[in-house]
Amino acid sequence: MRELSLHLLDLMENAVEAGATRLDVTIEESQSADSLTLEVRDNGRGMPPELARSAMDPFVTTRKTRHLGMGLALTNQAALRCDGRLELTSQVGQGTAVRATFRHGHIDRAPLGDVVGALLAILLSQRPVDLVYRHRVEDRCFALDTREVRQLLGPVPLTHPLAREWLVATLREGETELRLGMDDPSGSSTTHRDPLPKGAVSAPHGARAEVITPC
Amino acid sequence: MLRLKSVEELKKLREEAQRDMTVRAKTGTRIVIGMGTCGIAAGARETMHAILAELERLDIEAHVETVGCIGMCDKEPLVDIEQAGMPRVSYAGVTTDRVPHLLEEHLVKGSLVQEWAVGWLDSQPA
Repeated sequence: MRELSLHLLDLMENAVEAGATRLDVTIEESQSADSLTLEVRDNGRGMPPELARSAMDPFVTTRKTRHLGMGLALTNQAALRCDGRLELTSQVGQGTAVRATFRHGHIDRAPLGDVVGALLAILLSQRPVDLVYRHRVEDRCFALDTREVRQLLGPVPLTHPLAREWLVATLREGETELRLGMDDPSGSSTTHRDPLPKGAVSAPHGARAEVITPC
Repeated sequence: MLRLKSVEELKKLREEAQRDMTVRAKTGTRIVIGMGTCGIAAGARETMHAILAELERLDIEAHVETVGCIGMCDKEPLVDIEQAGMPRVSYAGVTTDRVPHLLEEHLVKGSLVQEWAVGWLDSQPA
């Protein structure tokens, strides 16, 4: 996959498919520590040890419609290629945690890419899930907890056009603020540039900037 | 975690959204995008962005949702369009460049785009 955010989306989709109702998603970027980490923890049905052991095998899947399961295999490969690794821990009835690490400056590390789109794709999922999202870039952090958003929205679903617009704007703003004043606003190495929307970097400190919290 | 202004925004949004929710349930449009590994690899996330942008351009309000893989991986990106009282139609290979034509035909003109449709389900009785 061309972007790490696509791997992230895939991991989140796995969690939704596993019947999770809550996803804890963390991205940690540190150029000083030369590391980039993606983590998705869910409260889905979990996997028995033998399945967890073979989950990264592309010919293993729980699905009945076909016999391939490429997702984890692809992420594992992407991590290994960048001197990183993929760790998976799972417990039946408790959930699964997947953590993929990459060497930040590795020449083969794909750019993070469109994180907002990846998160939005999950927030618009037909099976509603709560997302507890944290994105750390060095010592800055952007966090969004959809449980708080849902509580305020009451019966209005996140897929409602107005709620959707709010989510997009909030996520865009948060992600942009994270990178303000950085030498490399894309968070990528010099060979990669993330396709951030034009003009986004100069976004004013608007109403939604308050969702950024030290965390 | 959400600070004051966001809270106010969301409260206002809730009031506004609730007002038209009953109407929407009866006349609404729902667009469902396949977002499994196969869909993601075929560009479903970009298709989602294109659909959202096109809906905005056409000034059409619709619920946009994502689902996992349904097994027709080679036909991704798959997009289902459902309008109240009409069959739910599945379209295959909906790459970003096809989105404007698809929405224009199906949502604005109300006609099926035969060459991309792979199936339909009759609408569920309310």
